[in-house]
Amino acid sequence: MTETYREINLSSNHRTTEDTMPQVQETVFSLQSVGIKYGDFSAVSNVNMEIYKNQVTAFIGPSGCGKSTLLRTFNRMNDLVLNSKVVGEVAYQGKNIYDQDVDPVEVRRRIGMVFQQPNPFPKSIYDNIAFGPRNHGVKEGIDDIVENSLRNAALWDEVKNKLKSPALSLSGGQQQRLCIARSIAVEPDVILMDEPASALDPIATLKIEHLMRELAAKYTIVVVTHNMQQALRVSDKTAFFNLEVDEEKDTRTGVLVEYGPTTKLFTDPKNEKTSDYIKGKFG
Amino acid sequence: MTLLSTPRSTTKDVAIALQTSKASTRKERLFQLFLLFSTLVGLVILVVLLVDIVVDGFSSLDLGFFTDYTSRRPEDTGIRAGLTGTLSLMVLVALIAFPIGVGSAIYLESFAPRTWFTRFMQLNITNLAGVPSVVYGLLAAALFAYILNFGRTLITGALALVLLILPVIIVAGKESIKAVPPSIYQGAIALGATPWQAVYKQVLPVAMPGILTGTILALSRAIGEAAPILVAGAVFSRRADSEPWNLTEPFAALPVQIFDFVKRPQEAFQVEVAAAGILVMLFVLLLMNSAAIVLRNRYSK
Amino acid sequence: MCGSISILTTLGIIYVLFSEGINFFSQISIIEFFTDTAWRPFGDPENDAFRIGVAPLVVGTLLVTVIALSVAVPLGLATAIYLSEYASKRIKRKVKPVLEILAGIPTVVLGYFALTLVTPFIRNIFPGDTIDIFNALSAGLVVGIMIIPTVASISEDSLSAVPQSLRNASYSLGLPKSSTVLRVVFPAALSGIISSILLAMGRAIGETMIVAIAAGNLPSMTLNPGSQVQTMTGYIVQAVGGEASRGSLTYNSIFAVGIILFLMTFILNIIANYFTKRFREVYE
Repeated sequence: MTETYREINLSSNHRTTEDTMPQVQETVFSLQSVGIKYGDFSAVSNVNMEIYKNQVTAFIGPSGCGKSTLLRTFNRMNDLVLNSKVVGEVAYQGKNIYDQDVDPVEVRRRIGMVFQQPNPFPKSIYDNIAFGPRNHGVKEGIDDIVENSLRNAALWDEVKNKLKSPALSLSGGQQQRLCIARSIAVEPDVILMDEPASALDPIATLKIEHLMRELAAKYTIVVVTHNMQQALRVSDKTAFFNLEVDEEKDTRTGVLVEYGPTTKLFTDPKNEKTSDYIKGKFG
Repeated sequence: MTLLSTPRSTTKDVAIALQTSKASTRKERLFQLFLLFSTLVGLVILVVLLVDIVVDGFSSLDLGFFTDYTSRRPEDTGIRAGLTGTLSLMVLVALIAFPIGVGSAIYLESFAPRTWFTRFMQLNITNLAGVPSVVYGLLAAALFAYILNFGRTLITGALALVLLILPVIIVAGKESIKAVPPSIYQGAIALGATPWQAVYKQVLPVAMPGILTGTILALSRAIGEAAPILVAGAVFSRRADSEPWNLTEPFAALPVQIFDFVKRPQEAFQVEVAAAGILVMLFVLLLMNSAAIVLRNRYSK
Repeated sequence: MCGSISILTTLGIIYVLFSEGINFFSQISIIEFFTDTAWRPFGDPENDAFRIGVAPLVVGTLLVTVIALSVAVPLGLATAIYLSEYASKRIKRKVKPVLEILAGIPTVVLGYFALTLVTPFIRNIFPGDTIDIFNALSAGLVVGIMIIPTVASISEDSLSAVPQSLRNASYSLGLPKSSTVLRVVFPAALSGIISSILLAMGRAIGETMIVAIAAGNLPSMTLNPGSQVQTMTGYIVQAVGGEASRGSLTYNSIFAVGIILFLMTFILNIIANYFTKRFREVYE
């Protein structure tokens, strides 16, 4: 165990986190009593948390604990699931995005998402990136957007000579970085990542993790991951979710157990469940 | 680099920026309305067509309409020749097409080695389904009526329809056999049955409702076809003294009679008598389709 | 033997069409058949009125087909998009059987519909003698209605087969539903959609009873939808109705026309199958 802890400290030392640079953190999302229901089934209940600007926030927890479901409320992707209902308040920059007058399409424009499986469009690499801006009415400078987005996603050097070839001809890791670049191209404020590396090999995973750290300078990132080491490597803050089982009512729901700076959560968890989970006792 | 308006902004601006725009909401709604409207067009036309036929045809439907042969006077005209001809065709086509279709389906699905030849055959069946029905009429006219010298008779017409619906029956049969869990076949083989016994005694009974449904649906399609039997030699009316099931006599059929009525110059024929004939034909088709649906529902458990 | 029946049928069709067709071309120059612009194949071949150019029949067929497609493609695709992307499961379960019923209506019934309902309706809209009693427009419109289910159901299958992940990608970029459907889902299903249109086109070209009833019997080199035309299938029905005896020139001409009809639809089918296969390779 001590070995691991030393590694953790090493890896977090060079980061500009609240540990080294005390600063006022700007809140991007503020969640109050958020719950998500599918029909009668309550997938997540009573989550209160804040997501801070230009940080990487990781959601960890056993499968089925509702962490991906919660992530999808941040850009109202849940709306697309039949019978789903969000209660409580999800405030983005102070505005509840579930208010009547809010257009989910506008929300998604500002809050991008990268999915578990790379999902490039069956078009060329260039057209994948250009797709978003074009559809938002951008007519000029598309070439620049494509190049910048690909550079920011650390993919430019690998694809600059074959921008016209089909996106599906890229490797899985490249496809995922393409999806990140596609998301960057519409200049979002926040990028949500739903287990972005779970379908990738270790080398591709490292590249994505490295990229996340770089992107945090410009964007706010929330990432769901299965992989605790990954959360340790990339995130500033970590939230641990767990399944709460009510034996009497025979119901189960996802709850937020503990949330705090990543290094603290991993080295000195307050909650016993968290401690058990990071030690690998369940999951 | 900032080509889109990126929200690096105060709370108030965000609230405004996220607001639902009326223009875009209206655009979405209009698009959906357009799609719904287009979908309804087909349904509305179907209703108009059916109502029109009932309104035009109902008054001509009396007992005489079923028992009379065609006549020059609309009020004396009946569909006896066509109705009996159609029923004879139906029985005949079923008797010929069903065994051949099921046999082919079993062979293709259970026994045929997967070679280029079977692949070619599959492709061929798909393509045959797209050949216009009138071409089957040409085939029957030349091959059965003249080369095999059956003449322009009931058997020639029936064979034209058999060729027309065989691909459909084969495909339906293959699908039904494919849907039978392989464990049934393997279980029979494990108990020492020969492959043929396993298929005949175990797989086929399970697949049979599906095959029957497919066959009835194909048959109802064949019964409504006028073009192939018209080309193969169907006549507008039959001599009153011949039996409708005589294989070597000229034959009439409902769709062909309807065609005859519609093409006549008098409006009473063109509109009312034709509509009455259509009503009877649609009723026969409805019966067949209901039988297929009942069969499918009863055995779908 | 049993399994070979389909191939025997195909070979039979090809053999019959070509063997009877050859009789025709032994009497008639094949060049004349394809280049002459009038079709009057009845009576004495020595007579000056006798002309044997198939072009008017092909033009008539294409005119009806184009009218039919201009009805069926927009309506069929809109129906497919509605059913695949917008309709609830409940509505879908109700609409699809109705489309099947529409597809199952015998075409002689649709011919009746064209002649007794659609034609008078059109002639009311365009008064005077602009629209003949028998006309390409009415026949084409109703053939279009006939092939709506073909376009709609195959396209709907293709649209539904597009993975949800592509829709999610588009939504996550901030595209509204209409743009997602039109710019992502539709292009992704394109080869399946093309296949549905080609199959529908083949059915329109081969449709016989509607055109035999409503389009008329006058072969004419015209693109005017309001005028009487004759299609290839319409000619076949007219000629057999005339009790053409075997071996006569009229009888043989049916098979010559049949060859063209068969080849056109067969080739369309092969291309359609190619597109279906390509679609399956991408998504299945």
